[in-house]
Amino acid sequence: MRDARDRFLRNKAAIACMAVLFLIVVFVLVGPQFSQWSNEEIDWDALGDIQTMGAPSLESGHYFGTDELGRDLFARTIQATGTSLLVGLIGSAMALILGTAWGVIAGYVGGRTDNIMMRLVDILLAIPTTLVIILILIIAGRSFVALFVALGAVSWLTMARIVRAQTLALKNREFIEAARAGGVSETMIVFRHILPNLFGVVIVYASLLIPEMILSESFISFLGLGISEPYTSLGALIAQGAGTMAYGTLWQLLFPLFFYVAIILTMFFIGDGLRDALDPKDR
Amino acid sequence: MSVLNVQNLCVHFDTSDGVIESVKDISFKIEKGQCLGIVGESGSGKSQSFLAAMGLLAKNGSASGAVQLDGQEILNSPISSLNKLRGKDVGMIFQDPLTALTPHLKIGQQMTEVLHVHTSHSRSDARRHCLDWLQRVRIPDAEKRLNQYPHELSGGMRQRVMIAMAMLCSPKLLIADEPTTALDVTVQAEVLDLISELQEEQGTAVALITHDMGVVARMCDYVQVMRLGKFVEEGPVDSVFENPSHEYTQQLLQAMPRIDATHPIKVQSTPNLLLDAKDIKVHFPFKVGGHLFSRSVPLRAVDGVSFTLNEGETLGIVGESGCGKSTLARALIRLIEPTSGDVSWLGKNLTQLDKNAMTQARRDLQIVFQDPFASLDPRMTISDSIAEPLRTFRPELTSRERRELVQDMMNRVGLDASMTNRYPHELSGGQNQRVGIARAMINKPKLIICDEAVSALDVSIQAQILELLKKLQAEFGMSLLFISHDLSVVKEISDRVMVLYLGRIVELGSSTDVCTNPAHPYTQALISAVPIPDPKLERSRERIRLTDELSSPLDPKAFLRFLPSKIDSNEIDYVPKLSEVAPGHFVAEHDNVV
Repeated sequence: MRDARDRFLRNKAAIACMAVLFLIVVFVLVGPQFSQWSNEEIDWDALGDIQTMGAPSLESGHYFGTDELGRDLFARTIQATGTSLLVGLIGSAMALILGTAWGVIAGYVGGRTDNIMMRLVDILLAIPTTLVIILILIIAGRSFVALFVALGAVSWLTMARIVRAQTLALKNREFIEAARAGGVSETMIVFRHILPNLFGVVIVYASLLIPEMILSESFISFLGLGISEPYTSLGALIAQGAGTMAYGTLWQLLFPLFFYVAIILTMFFIGDGLRDALDPKDR
Repeated sequence: MSVLNVQNLCVHFDTSDGVIESVKDISFKIEKGQCLGIVGESGSGKSQSFLAAMGLLAKNGSASGAVQLDGQEILNSPISSLNKLRGKDVGMIFQDPLTALTPHLKIGQQMTEVLHVHTSHSRSDARRHCLDWLQRVRIPDAEKRLNQYPHELSGGMRQRVMIAMAMLCSPKLLIADEPTTALDVTVQAEVLDLISELQEEQGTAVALITHDMGVVARMCDYVQVMRLGKFVEEGPVDSVFENPSHEYTQQLLQAMPRIDATHPIKVQSTPNLLLDAKDIKVHFPFKVGGHLFSRSVPLRAVDGVSFTLNEGETLGIVGESGCGKSTLARALIRLIEPTSGDVSWLGKNLTQLDKNAMTQARRDLQIVFQDPFASLDPRMTISDSIAEPLRTFRPELTSRERRELVQDMMNRVGLDASMTNRYPHELSGGQNQRVGIARAMINKPKLIICDEAVSALDVSIQAQILELLKKLQAEFGMSLLFISHDLSVVKEISDRVMVLYLGRIVELGSSTDVCTNPAHPYTQALISAVPIPDPKLERSRERIRLTDELSSPLDPKAFLRFLPSKIDSNEIDYVPKLSEVAPGHFVAEHDNVV
């Protein structure tokens, strides 16, 4: 493991992205201290003339300007970035844990167990994702927890499939047979030989999943089922900003978009770096 | 004028680790009708030099020097003019016949493509020409084969198709790059005979690239020994084999195990029975028929094999691919559950043991696999891999004691202590196989099964590993079950040899008896097919040919291949019995015809 850390530290792009991500997190945590407005307050002065009064300026205290309703975009972007980060991380973490466990068990045990488990995944995949999410949110009510559960519930399916396919390929490799011949128990084989060899694929897929989670969250929010006002997410802010682009209030799009792109890019590079670091062939 | 004239050829590769010189200033000539052998171990640059000559180098490679084909300079000439030569004036045969044929094209289509590019034959003419060549390389039912896909043909058959394809335009030069390495010995013998016949009939010059000194002895007139990108020795075959002047050539010749060599036999004072296998059968269900009405037929991979193994003894198991030798080994230690039969191990019946007892028994039953890379976990350092059996069977050890034991074992198998934290891909094949052996040896087991443990290695490495196994056996007194397709290797290390054919024993006896006095026609054919690295002896030997290739174990008649009288009398289910022709020498019942 120390070895892997050293290799990760040598990857300059990944380290730079870690730094950027760290700065974003710091911004989310410390930013509100500097904000002169809260994310719910409406600046009635600015409301009348968003284009000039609502533009980003240091004097008015609207560092990032205001949105269409005269709310401070700085405070709202901080709040939205936090939400999106949480959604992305928790959603893909759920997919990671549930999907990997499900896929490894199905693939490694094989036979009838595999058949039953994978047919279940097929059935769930056949139901439109949006429908599942809407159902869960309606039954459980609109809340952060319900949103995470709903996103996690649909995202692990593809992961399970990928992991199962990888496990199937791995379990017939000679080194697994060698371990079995050496008396290593089946559970130990899974933990010591299968899982570490799955890391590469799983990590890369999980890092791709984070932006996907952020996107689906914004879609749900658009339907009015996700995060509700006054809370917001980057997806929702971008959608609003894109809607008002034509009125010359471009900052409403650019600030949230900057954070969104920054998060997604850093995630890609960190995922890449992790995969390389965990693969001893790159030493 | 020589067909191919290579002067001062150098090949460089630009890699991220700097420039690698893989071929350094080599020159050679091939005359019309001559067969030049280029011998060397993997990585010596023997294939690269020919790829460079034909302009087939990888993108980061560059070649300098001069290559003349029939007096015409071809090195580094544009692809369009090279394309006119490839396939027409120069034919190439590659090592792996499955990957060298396009899987989705029928044999006929692939062959006519070559003609289409180089000649103006009409379609029916081209087809006739292809058929003609398929018949010349003696493919049975040639007409039918034209409409078959590559996967429908066996390995030997595919290699014949490759040869036919290479010969279609009657090239002046045939480049054969390890043409028989992937084939069984009996098939290898036939393919080699075919190439030398074509060479005589057509006057084609042949460049034979190989690592096998025996093949060179059989085929070549002139030989070049290549090492690290340079020729270290050259000369007519007879003189090189008789008086090898360079140290490396001597080493290569010495490393080749010879089937006609004699070995002192270990005398065992008290034969102590270790393993007694009785009537082992492994059948796999095999689906035949359509999807809806498929029925399952047992594929008899191992069909009633019985043998014993004494303490400290080495039993060799020989057979061609598909004869069930690996399946038998895995069934013995229950990596595959045997369908029926008993394995008695130190008085216990292994097949009856429950899971825990079996795990305990595995401590004394270890296996070394064929592919040294595939049998090691790529994400574990080699010391972790070696230590794994210790963690399983001796969990009471502290990590320090474990490290010391691993270090000690690495020492014994000849691995440097500095390699402790390396990963398998950073080591060579031979070193990885040492890791595999160290892992098998670390708990000092009573039996080690070597499943083709040296087949993937170069001859000199192979000799070292065999030496190591013998040394370890002398030191720890374990028994060995040595499985290989190569009879000469098996003979080198085994006390007794068992020959398998389609899952049944055809001959079992002491290694000298079986190799010098083979009683069964299959064993005879097998032995006569093994090339001996001695050109004079090799040319004078008479070969016993099996007329057809290894048949499918799904065909019940295949089992009676050597007992056709029973097929004639319609006793298809008859099982040939083993009879003792000399003390300890058993031979399966057979008719006196081949």
